[in-house]
Amino acid sequence: MRGNRFNAGQDARSNPSPGQEGSRVLILNGTVIDPSQNLNKKTDVLIEDGKIGSLEKLSAADRSSADEVIDAQGLWVFPGFVDIHVHFREPGNEGSETLATGSRAAARGGFTSVLVMPNTTPPIDTPEMVRWVSERAKDESLVDIYVCGAITVGRQGQQLTDMMRMRRVGAMAFSDDGDPVSNAFMMRQALEYAQLTGAPVMDHCEDHALSCGGCMNEGKIATLLGLSGIPHSSEDTIVARDLLLAEEFGGRIHICHISSGRSVELVRQFKARGVKVSCETAPHYFSVTDAMVQGYNTYAKMNPPLRESHDQAEIIRGLADGTIDAIATDHAPHHDDCKNLEFPSAAFGIIGLETSWALTYTQLVKTKKLSLDQAVSLLTHRPAGVIGVERGTLKVGSMANVTLVDAAQRWRLEPKHIASKSKNSPFYGWDLESKVMRTLYAGKTIYNA
Amino acid sequence: MAKLGKDFIAIRDLPKAHLNYLLSQAKHFKTFFSRPNKQSPALRGKTIANIFFEPSTRTRSAFEMAGKMLGAGIMNLQMSATSINKGETIIDTVKNLHALGVDVLVVRHHIAGVPKMIADHIPIPVCNAGDGYNEHPTQGLLDIFTMLEHCKSLKDKHVTIVGDIKHSRVARSNIYGLTMLGAKVTVCGPPSLIPMGIESLGVKIETNLKKAITKADFINVLRIQIERQQSGHFPSLREYNEVFGITSHSLAYAPPHTIVMHPGPINRGVELSSEVIDSDRNVILDQVTNGIAVRMAVLFYLLTGAEA
Ligand SMILES: [Zn+2]
Repeated sequence: MRGNRFNAGQDARSNPSPGQEGSRVLILNGTVIDPSQNLNKKTDVLIEDGKIGSLEKLSAADRSSADEVIDAQGLWVFPGFVDIHVHFREPGNEGSETLATGSRAAARGGFTSVLVMPNTTPPIDTPEMVRWVSERAKDESLVDIYVCGAITVGRQGQQLTDMMRMRRVGAMAFSDDGDPVSNAFMMRQALEYAQLTGAPVMDHCEDHALSCGGCMNEGKIATLLGLSGIPHSSEDTIVARDLLLAEEFGGRIHICHISSGRSVELVRQFKARGVKVSCETAPHYFSVTDAMVQGYNTYAKMNPPLRESHDQAEIIRGLADGTIDAIATDHAPHHDDCKNLEFPSAAFGIIGLETSWALTYTQLVKTKKLSLDQAVSLLTHRPAGVIGVERGTLKVGSMANVTLVDAAQRWRLEPKHIASKSKNSPFYGWDLESKVMRTLYAGKTIYNA
Repeated sequence: MAKLGKDFIAIRDLPKAHLNYLLSQAKHFKTFFSRPNKQSPALRGKTIANIFFEPSTRTRSAFEMAGKMLGAGIMNLQMSATSINKGETIIDTVKNLHALGVDVLVVRHHIAGVPKMIADHIPIPVCNAGDGYNEHPTQGLLDIFTMLEHCKSLKDKHVTIVGDIKHSRVARSNIYGLTMLGAKVTVCGPPSLIPMGIESLGVKIETNLKKAITKADFINVLRIQIERQQSGHFPSLREYNEVFGITSHSLAYAPPHTIVMHPGPINRGVELSSEVIDSDRNVILDQVTNGIAVRMAVLFYLLTGAEA
């Protein structure tokens, strides 16, 4: 493998920090857990001008001079979570989500940075579009909104976008998400050309010919329900193709929303060979299986589809052994009009920002499949690393994005817990453990339970 | 015994006692056919709406006949894809029918799950007349009813279903009902038309037709859709006929008492040869008659809230 042949990335513009001049915020007595610096101890956090000032125990004098004191006794203090795969639907489908409502859903879920996918209407495939979304996010959003630009013009798979021009105005990654790059030669060119930008190429791995109009995982449950299936190989063959292309031609490939166990094995194998590959999975893939579709439950319809228990087990193994780099929600809001339909006609996708942490904790940490540190890594510095942003850390000097979590809280998910404009979650009625109590962005509280 | 459900959507969800009840009711209704006055007033004053989102002549006319024999009024609605695409959803359409005062909806749709979705949204009974590749429960019932005219019980009887199992609601309804009654079911067809995980429904897969029928008491032959050849699921009709066609030649591998069935309409010379269709080894026309009796039983049970 040749790896990246070109120096790159220096042109990326970092997100501006809206820190508050001269303000001092204290978070006292919490257990600070920051895997980016191997930190797990009971201490205080001093926030100055919207940045982390210190992580030492504070004196009484420090306390008296604070503008705001947050008592975190009994709470975990994490770096703000980072989600590298969300759909905020703006522009084009503001009826199901906007940058503003999406950012509120993020804040509610403890996320302070998100990467928005470019499959909007029109798609984000020009520097003007990247700038439009970034500028609008500055006015509307409570959290960092990083923009992922399209790989091909119009997401049509025919012609590369102006990647460097998009990069220069802030595109942090490239993806035709929602669709794969079907043509292998086009993918090769994208992987080669994108090396100039230093940004990863993110692929929604699916062979449309194999999916063949399917609407759920192909297997026993699809047979039982009489629905057309999407086989595992629809995902696995494109994952394998992308890995082989990255091995031969270099570039940074990122596999989006892995759902198939075999794909996890492929990524593991190619990582061991030294290929620059990263990947993400979503909470639903480690939490549930295609059995959830029974009764034609359109809230359990997403793409890639919910798979089987052996896939679920392999995904958890991949999270535990480091093969999978990030938990990303693929937050996909849809109005109920697009879900209250016959199953094959219903839209693909579910929301996930508000439930990502609680599902991660309940399904993986509580069950001892992952350590708390591993789980937090997968939601903080590791996804931040995939898109190369200085986020997901509480290192002194970094932006004070902080998430406070109460591990002891048990709660049952109801629509009232959802801040997103759309309510398409399959997890209503689930008893979840551990709850986001407060989210700070640049030292400012943006969500308080 | 428990009251029968509001709807009749799937044999899969049916308790065995209810299946047996419907079969015995159908037997009772079949006796009407030989009476001088075939009609009964059992459902007088009730209106049945046949709402078909997919063309069908035989199922719709069998429901119509069944309703008429019970004295009910019938309304036939043939929905085209366009009438639904004008922004009106299926749910809106059936709510309108409910508001018109119909008493039962008989629904045929090319998408699995639609009759259930409709049933979840309106308070009147819904009868599934075939949904996508999911189920065709009245066809399953009539096939079983017809088999039971040739044996006392289906326990340990061998039934082989031949054809496109993957895209067949008839196969699924047969499998659920037959396995519930203890029959030994084998499915046979090209591997590209055998759906993943079908063996978990308690059936055997045998892709060699001759082996699949050596012990068969009944062979249920499915209609092969020409589109499946166009979409590449099998190479040609000629090849299909030579490998999976039920002909006097292939039937030589089945026991002499084997009975051949087909849900219709038949592609002559493809899945069944004319010789077999015109011989006394098949009960295809009995199936058509029995289709009325079982649908009378189902409509009666949905509209009178009969107790099993
Ligand atoms: Zn995707």
